[in-house]
Amino acid sequence: MHSLDFDISHMLAGGLVLISFMMLYQDRLYSLLNVFALHALVLALSVAWQAFVQDAPHLYVTAAIALVFKAIVIPVALHRIVKQLGIHRDIESAVGIGPTMLAGMGLVALSMVLMLRVTPEADPLAREDLAFALSVVLLGLLVMVTRRNAVSQVVGFMSLENGLVLAATGAKGMPLVVEISVAFSILIAFIVIGIFLFRIRERFDSVDVSALDDYRGERR
Amino acid sequence: MVVMSDILVQGVQMLLVLLLAPLLTGFVRKMKARLVRRQGASIFQPYRDLLRLLRKEVVLADNASWLFRVTPYVTFAAIWVAAALVPTFATGLLFNWTADLIAIVALLGSARFFLALAGMDVGTSFGGIGSSREVMIAALAEPAMLLFVFCIALVAGSTQLSTVANFMASSYVGLRVSLGMAMIALIMVALAENARIPVDNPATHLELTMVHEAMVLEYSGRHLAMIEFGAFLKLLLYISLIACVFLPWKIAVFGTGPSSYAIGAVAYLVKLAAAGFFLALFETATAKMRVFRIPQFLGAALMLGLLGTLLLFVSKSF
Repeated sequence: MHSLDFDISHMLAGGLVLISFMMLYQDRLYSLLNVFALHALVLALSVAWQAFVQDAPHLYVTAAIALVFKAIVIPVALHRIVKQLGIHRDIESAVGIGPTMLAGMGLVALSMVLMLRVTPEADPLAREDLAFALSVVLLGLLVMVTRRNAVSQVVGFMSLENGLVLAATGAKGMPLVVEISVAFSILIAFIVIGIFLFRIRERFDSVDVSALDDYRGERR
Repeated sequence: MVVMSDILVQGVQMLLVLLLAPLLTGFVRKMKARLVRRQGASIFQPYRDLLRLLRKEVVLADNASWLFRVTPYVTFAAIWVAAALVPTFATGLLFNWTADLIAIVALLGSARFFLALAGMDVGTSFGGIGSSREVMIAALAEPAMLLFVFCIALVAGSTQLSTVANFMASSYVGLRVSLGMAMIALIMVALAENARIPVDNPATHLELTMVHEAMVLEYSGRHLAMIEFGAFLKLLLYISLIACVFLPWKIAVFGTGPSSYAIGAVAYLVKLAAAGFFLALFETATAKMRVFRIPQFLGAALMLGLLGTLLLFVSKSF
């Protein structure tokens, strides 16, 4: 019943969920970026393992893209952005760490319940991958919701996208063209977000997005 | 005849934990000293400390009640029973049907309950602050420990330690992320419960940080010896628990004869030494955290246990 193939992919996907939790737990910007790089690294390992198990060589390209762009280029670029912006390194979170963790646990339980109910017929490997991928996506959204700092919201967005890639590879791979275009659109999105960060900083002298509320005339 | 040998092996187990516990603590202290390039006391020093304390006179406060006097013995007895129930070198011993994980948690909990009461009994401020901190840590560590128990029970289908160890030693287990999370959660709980360094440092007497030491400050003589011995046993208990659940290699199965018992005992000693070394390495590499950070540390352990339990439902669902 338990083959090693399944166990290893289970471990890698579960590790991805765990690293999403580590991201929720961080309260320093630089360590958040390092955890994000780790997240992408585990994603690359997981995709490479899927490529090996499903005997789908084009997934190796996906793994390589994840490794190069998400684990190396984007974290390094974010490190430089943080240094250039000169923002202070603590992350202001809108909700405390304890409630955030509890909410994260609730989201993971929700995605498990949902996926296990919806897909009783599917292949166990795909099913398990989908459940984990949905929790990674929801946790990425939670990171975006609970943080005020724009840089950490970018990190949440990127980790959300990691969850999408995990789901796509679990579902017996996806065409390479789609894969490459998704990867590039993420890169473009990253560049746009980077430009926005500098614009926000120029305007408000900080990257705290609550400053935008005042600008729109909303008062808390 | 069979009953005799059963009783004998169980007796050996009870004596073994009693004899090894101070040695383990001495070994960890020696390793810590060597890692920071000091000579360190002999690894037999804890035995000498216990003997010295046993010879000394007991000094009691005037307003100490009977609770204060019985607590050291109650605590020691509860922890000894719990430690003797955890399979060390063999599974399936005479009393193993009682070696339920929940019972062990309950025994440790009652030991701590009495210690916390005794800390407040004399009415000094140190005892009170120690008790309140100890209870704060316990209130967070116990749920994490119970979640670890649930996780293990879901995997092995039993909360009985012998069955769990036999199952873990079999090839049905495979590689599971839940077990990894449960192991890390258990290690974090063990660090907190044994007052090891990121949570508490028993070697200092600094009132800002001390937890366990503040609680037992009023004890002296043979009472203190009993409490110290209980602390040594508790460290041994947690290490044996980790070893028998997660590293049950070469542990002897019931009724396989003396040679496999001997192999199991040697393997157990090797595991203890390795665990002691890694504990010392970890303790020299990390700093003590603030008291207000402890809830976050234990919250992470709780989260790992809960996450491990949740992930089990995915891997078991087909």
